[in-house]
Amino acid sequence: MPIEVNGKTYETDEEGYLANLSDWSEEVASAMAEVDGTSLDENHWEVINFLREYYEEYQIAPAVRVLTKAIGKKLGPDKGNSKYLYELFPYGPAKQACKYAGLPKPTGCV
Amino acid sequence: MADFETPEVKEYLDMPGLKPDAMSHSQPFVSRDEFQEPLGFPGELVDDWQNVAIAKLGELLDKNRGLQVFMDACVKCGACTDKCHYFHGTSDPRNMPVARQDLLRSVYRRYFTWPGRLFPKLVGAQDLTEEVLDQWYSYFHQCSECRRCSVYCPYGIDTAEVTMATREIMNAVGKGQKYSNEIIGKVFKIGNNLGLPQPALQDTLEGLEEEVKEDTGVDVRYPLDEKGAEVLLVTPSADFFAEPHVDGLIGYGKVFHQAGISWTLSSHASEAANFGLFIGSPENMRKIALRVREAAEELGVKRIVFGECGHAWRVAYSFLNTLAGPFDFLDPRYPVPQHICEVTHDLIQRGALTLDKSANDHRRVTFHDSCNVARASRMGDTPGGQFTIPREILRAVCNHYYDMPPDTIGEATFCCGGGGGLLTDDLMELRVKGALPRMQALRQVADEEGVTHLAAICAICKSQFAKVLPYYGFEMDQIVSVHQLVSDAIVLDPAR
Repeated sequence: MPIEVNGKTYETDEEGYLANLSDWSEEVASAMAEVDGTSLDENHWEVINFLREYYEEYQIAPAVRVLTKAIGKKLGPDKGNSKYLYELFPYGPAKQACKYAGLPKPTGCV
Repeated sequence: MADFETPEVKEYLDMPGLKPDAMSHSQPFVSRDEFQEPLGFPGELVDDWQNVAIAKLGELLDKNRGLQVFMDACVKCGACTDKCHYFHGTSDPRNMPVARQDLLRSVYRRYFTWPGRLFPKLVGAQDLTEEVLDQWYSYFHQCSECRRCSVYCPYGIDTAEVTMATREIMNAVGKGQKYSNEIIGKVFKIGNNLGLPQPALQDTLEGLEEEVKEDTGVDVRYPLDEKGAEVLLVTPSADFFAEPHVDGLIGYGKVFHQAGISWTLSSHASEAANFGLFIGSPENMRKIALRVREAAEELGVKRIVFGECGHAWRVAYSFLNTLAGPFDFLDPRYPVPQHICEVTHDLIQRGALTLDKSANDHRRVTFHDSCNVARASRMGDTPGGQFTIPREILRAVCNHYYDMPPDTIGEATFCCGGGGGLLTDDLMELRVKGALPRMQALRQVADEEGVTHLAAICAICKSQFAKVLPYYGFEMDQIVSVHQLVSDAIVLDPAR
């Protein structure tokens, strides 16, 4: 199911993750969220931007503790926990947030 | 949450009313050439797939005498019919283990027995058609290879072997499962199921050291690739990445710290899981297992210890020596390999750990026996050690421990619903439905004993429960690692 943004079509895998990481843009992320019936606010963007920075450096999404710690530092200790992240991304921060950030889906026993 | 109904939890687990074809639509994503080729399988369905499949079945029958017996021995007595969690959850009669196996057995009869060749209809033999292949793909991905039904089979037919053989045949014709095969490729390329490269592991572990320091004031180390350590710990990569797994990893580190045992993780063997087992591929299983040996040699360790991972322990306990041995370079005073629960249990027995049980007083705990540990391995040196050792650890670290009903634990344990290569989002309906028997048992101890937490020693079980508990009215954080409870109770000594 390819995704269409501003008349351009982007290829995705079976689960809606971008096939080419370089296709990502903020518009694409917002369009993906819209498909899921949700919209992205500044709190979502904090997470998405961190994921992309981390991926750039390590070629993998951050582990949940790395992510919660980073978000806690940025947004305050009350938000540095997975409960907050699940409120933002009900399908799971690792999977749903990775999708909007244009990263591949984490695989394995997770 | 989804377009299917969560089964109703009743007071008892009844024999469900049959709903033929209720789950015939359930299929995981099919693998692609990029995931097939690193494993040595064709990238797509090969042209003469019928011939290839039948030849492969013939080869497996020759190589695996067990499979030959399992094909011939079933007398359709029905003892297995109501033993499968997927049957209970889905009501689909093809999920009765005997019926699922017969999808392969009927083809075996057609091509490998005289009556089936001459009078197929009389003996329930059928041609291998595209429709049959489709049914194989659907229903052999509705078996988690948990082997509960085998416990009740009077002939001892190992149904998991039938599933593994059929998946191996499907891979041989180019119809593999994306989830398992993509993961195996990542182990070959990067070293673990998640694809965590060395720098990411390093960064994650440094973060854990900081976290434990902040929490406890003690410098507990989480070393990576340290040559000369005594113990190589091989653990599922979910332990680095996910919750509640990571709290178990924190616990292993605290145990080693307190015991004064030097240890290390390895970026080369940064995965305990061995999905080669799930797809019935000895070659791929061996390649994954060899990484453990290579890491142990490279790092010069004296012992190998496995973290909390169910099927990994089956492969480690039952097959590691055959796949990657001999391990004559390790310290002969210790079993090869050891389970982290054996290490912790031994230390508790010797009084080497100070434990403050009251740290877990806010929890009332039960234990979920993971299928591969329960029915395909052992711990310690007495029969049933795989059941008693984790429970003795839990009783040593918690004041409130309660077992679930006896026909749902120990050897009779029910699968979490996500084992055997089925822990993937494209099988969510199956996973939720298959969790029914475990959720029923948990509901019972929650109501009767006020149990609040389910402890497990398997990465798949932990992820599966975190996902499915909310479908049954529980919270996702009611699943915990056994070593998370150890971690909370252990009294750390800064001097070590």
